[in-house]
Amino acid sequence: MPELAIWSIIGAPLASFLLIGLGVRPAFGPRQASAGYLTILAIAYSLGMSLWVLAETLGAEGHRLALPTHEVLSAGGFSLEVGLLVDGLTAVMLIIVTAVSLLVQVYSQGYMHGDSGYTRYFSYMSLFTASMLLLVLANNLVLLYVGWEMVGLCSYLLIGHWFHRPSAAAAAKKAFIVTRFGDFFFLLAIIFLFTQTGALVISDSAGEADVYGVVGKTLTGAALTWVALGIFAGAVGKSAQFPLHTWLPDAMEGPTPVSALIHAATMVAAGVFLVARFFPLIHAADTAITIVAVIGAFTAVFAASMGMVMKDIKRVLAYSTISQLGYMMMGLGVGAYAPAMFHLFNHAFFKALLFLGSGSVNHATGTFDMRLMGGLRKAMPWTWGVFLVGSLSLAGIPPFSGFFSKDEILGAAWHRGDTLGQFVFWMGLAGVFMTAFYVFRALFMTFHGEYKGGEVGAHGEARHPHESPRVMVLPMVILAVASIVSWVANAPGQNQLAGLLGYEGEEVQTFPLALSLIAALAGIGVATGMYLFRALSAEGVSRATRPLYTLVARKYFFDELYEDVLVRRVFYRGLAAAMDRFDRTVVDGTVDMVGLVGRNAGRVLVRAQTGQLQFYGVVLSLGVLAILAAFLLWGR
Amino acid sequence: MVSMIDLDLINPNLLHLAPELSLFIAAFAVIVLDLVARDKRLLAWVSGAGLAIAATLALGLWGERATSFADALIVDELSVFFKLLFLGITFLVVLASQDYVRKFERFQGEYYGLILFACVGMMLVASVGELVSLYIALELQAFSLIALAGFLKDARSAESSVKFLLLSAISTAVMLYGMALLLGATGSTYLTDIAGRTREAFAAGRLADNAPLLLALVFLLVGFGFKIATIPFQMWVPDVYEGAPTPITAYLSVASKAAGFAVLLRVFYAVFGEDTVATDWRMLVAVLAIVSMTVGNVAAIAQQNIKRMLAYSTIAHAGYIMVGLATLTQLGQGSVLFYLVAYSFTNLGAFFAIIAIANRTGSDEIDDFAGMGRQAPFLAFVLGVSLVSLIGLPPTAGFMGKLYVFNAAVQDGLWWLVLAGVLNSVLSAYYYLRPIRVMYLGEPKAATSSLPSLPMRAALAISLGGVILLGILPGGLIDLAASAVRILTA
Repeated sequence: MPELAIWSIIGAPLASFLLIGLGVRPAFGPRQASAGYLTILAIAYSLGMSLWVLAETLGAEGHRLALPTHEVLSAGGFSLEVGLLVDGLTAVMLIIVTAVSLLVQVYSQGYMHGDSGYTRYFSYMSLFTASMLLLVLANNLVLLYVGWEMVGLCSYLLIGHWFHRPSAAAAAKKAFIVTRFGDFFFLLAIIFLFTQTGALVISDSAGEADVYGVVGKTLTGAALTWVALGIFAGAVGKSAQFPLHTWLPDAMEGPTPVSALIHAATMVAAGVFLVARFFPLIHAADTAITIVAVIGAFTAVFAASMGMVMKDIKRVLAYSTISQLGYMMMGLGVGAYAPAMFHLFNHAFFKALLFLGSGSVNHATGTFDMRLMGGLRKAMPWTWGVFLVGSLSLAGIPPFSGFFSKDEILGAAWHRGDTLGQFVFWMGLAGVFMTAFYVFRALFMTFHGEYKGGEVGAHGEARHPHESPRVMVLPMVILAVASIVSWVANAPGQNQLAGLLGYEGEEVQTFPLALSLIAALAGIGVATGMYLFRALSAEGVSRATRPLYTLVARKYFFDELYEDVLVRRVFYRGLAAAMDRFDRTVVDGTVDMVGLVGRNAGRVLVRAQTGQLQFYGVVLSLGVLAILAAFLLWGR
Repeated sequence: MVSMIDLDLINPNLLHLAPELSLFIAAFAVIVLDLVARDKRLLAWVSGAGLAIAATLALGLWGERATSFADALIVDELSVFFKLLFLGITFLVVLASQDYVRKFERFQGEYYGLILFACVGMMLVASVGELVSLYIALELQAFSLIALAGFLKDARSAESSVKFLLLSAISTAVMLYGMALLLGATGSTYLTDIAGRTREAFAAGRLADNAPLLLALVFLLVGFGFKIATIPFQMWVPDVYEGAPTPITAYLSVASKAAGFAVLLRVFYAVFGEDTVATDWRMLVAVLAIVSMTVGNVAAIAQQNIKRMLAYSTIAHAGYIMVGLATLTQLGQGSVLFYLVAYSFTNLGAFFAIIAIANRTGSDEIDDFAGMGRQAPFLAFVLGVSLVSLIGLPPTAGFMGKLYVFNAAVQDGLWWLVLAGVLNSVLSAYYYLRPIRVMYLGEPKAATSSLPSLPMRAALAISLGGVILLGILPGGLIDLAASAVRILTA
């Protein structure tokens, strides 16, 4: 297949972004329906091309397309070669990104209908898709990093889509800053890797001086570990793993289709993808791969516990996403490369489905607060149906897709037989129980029982829920079908996906499989007892475990720790305020005085000679003395 | 018998001085023309033509290595590189000044003339090899800029000019003292002679024991540090930047800084290039770099006025560039040159956009930029891209500059310095993003419209083009910078 055709996968949504941003929006205004059509057309094209890539990859030798690299820059000993890397991993990611993106864009036409930022929304969505595809396809660390930062930027722009809400603006900023904290270490790792080995190309045909090739040769020992940890730190930020998880729940302030595409199916999965892309490198560093497993397992349980007490349906799903990403990380950590990617694949569909379902509910009731919902099953049968499918898949009930991938991960952990495997397995099992509980809690609170009236309008009137328009229902139904059948991609005994990724699968383990099924059913059972039949009082349970409940409901006080203690007290109130005060009192104060008194240059001269300039002179002289002293003290 | 001046010994090759001379003539021509020209736009065109001629002449000197005027004037790639940089910056500033100077009723000729004089001064700074000439060249550019800073004739501008004058005088006096000490210690004002003698002196003992040379080094650093606006010689920057006419602020922020680095590279490597001494002052430069970056960035966070914010930002950028200076390697010196060019395009783009936006809103306060993304999409875009480049994100010139500088420092083992630099870039995103958010997400306060003139739009487009081009294809400039610093054998 021609290389240009693969480049055009990125090019199509990029062109759509440019067309909308430079042509449609300035010329036709902010509510142009054509912006949506353009985006959908471009992404449909990319999906078609991605399917072609998949077909080619399946047939290629070693499931990898031989593509050249192009030198764009050469100076001194430094040369920058860009190119595309298409292997099984890329092919799978391409399908996930383009397919979910396409369905979300169709759905967005209904959800964003009448929004004052309609055109802007679609232009950013196009740019996001292009950036994500660049990240997936890049065969060079610099190019990959460009894509990596660009998806972060788009995420920032889209979370802040409704920027007039202070909470949305704050959430956008928080997401950007927290993820950049991880990116910083990723960048350091890239620079360090480059200075140690000179490798920037991820995998070239010669296989010598590329990133895969230098592992164990010029990159060994502590250096290897640090590079691996740096890359993982980037993944921790993007995939919202502990302790950089705090931004994702707040990111739910963005429009719901954005949450579905970016904060559930694709961008947050970029962290998992990154670890998978550099799996040969990270796996070679024992310490690093163990940390991946432990962080993943801990996050899976930690986030699930918070999902159990949230009152906002999107936040439940947000914590669920963090928790599921933790599953993928721990899968990678125990070496279960293909199962982790399989879970990413399945999760993309059922989690996008659940988010779109929550958006549909919001469309009807005007709120995300589950306490104001209930009984929507009758009014919204389609939404209820697809939400149920998504919930069963997330909980891991056969024959829904989540069951297969989750159990492959748990099975691989069990199969290891060592302490780490045991730890990961039991943490994962606890997570399965919690997952089943929180998703069915959400399902029952939203769709069953009595309708509580939705968002109260300006005149105290209740809203009458109704099913969403067809343009929203259809993508959800397609995603529901995908959630049921996507396991076929890696059916037990066939393992096509594992083959494509070049991974030797294990035998299906019956004991862990049975355990996890029991845990899932138990979770559903408890949720049914508490929220459907009300045999157990939810209030009673929370009252009985008051301190624990508060701890979890307040999200283990991580927001307070980060924002109040670190950002506000230490940084803003301390450092920046001191600088500001100095500037205001000493510098501005005198400047203001000068400005007030002196109306002409002569009088200014008089003023300026007496006060502030002396102070400046003193600083300058002290600087000279300090430099002299430094030389005398430390000079050689 | 009247003693004859030996022309052969002095060797006054006028061709080597041709760029400066032609620009000097152009500057006078502009001032005279002001008396007779009815359409004042002619002044800008003549200035532009003078700059273009000077640039052509300078370009003709590329590749040549010679000295003339009794070794006082050096022609090499380094000096030509800086000359072209100064000419380019001045050209853009002249383009962007036209809307602004229309406010002036009188003295437009002097305005352009002074800008050209400043440029001549800076070009000479980059190519002199003798201390007295250096002093005169530095003063030529400083006095021109001081006069320009006070051009608005309101209280703020006057205050800014006076402060600039007095603080500049203090730092220059200290620097002159340093030069005198150097003359006393070595008996010469020629850099090559001084270099030979200091090498002998440093071979004999450590710097700390050689009081005259130690004091000379520190005092020279005061003068040069003032030009590049590094801590602790930066006190003038915020006040002067805020009060001066904005095109002059733009000019100051890039050209004056570049001139400071030109002279630092030339003098410090020649006079104090000896290994043991160099390792001493590189540590000093490294520490000053960290302090400059950090103080500049942290102080910028609290600013409401965008010119003041960018003033602190230039202090921070002086810090980033000094990271390259601290390496003492050819790679590091090349990175300094590259960064200066990248930073010039970026900062000029930002300031030009601010001029055009402030022309519409009548305010330099960040909050008054609200809604510009909708009202003036091109201006907001240029400002946005420039700010992104100042953060150092790809695909912009700022990213390549940081990459190059930090890479050089890492190669030289200055890990901690790069760590501080990268942390600072992250920190700086905090305040650079605020104007972008305000412009694109804020509600416009009132409908305003006034289209920038064609020259202004050209200046904006060139700056934007430079920022993006250097961010995508930096190869050519990297090669040029590398060949320009080959003269500095460390």
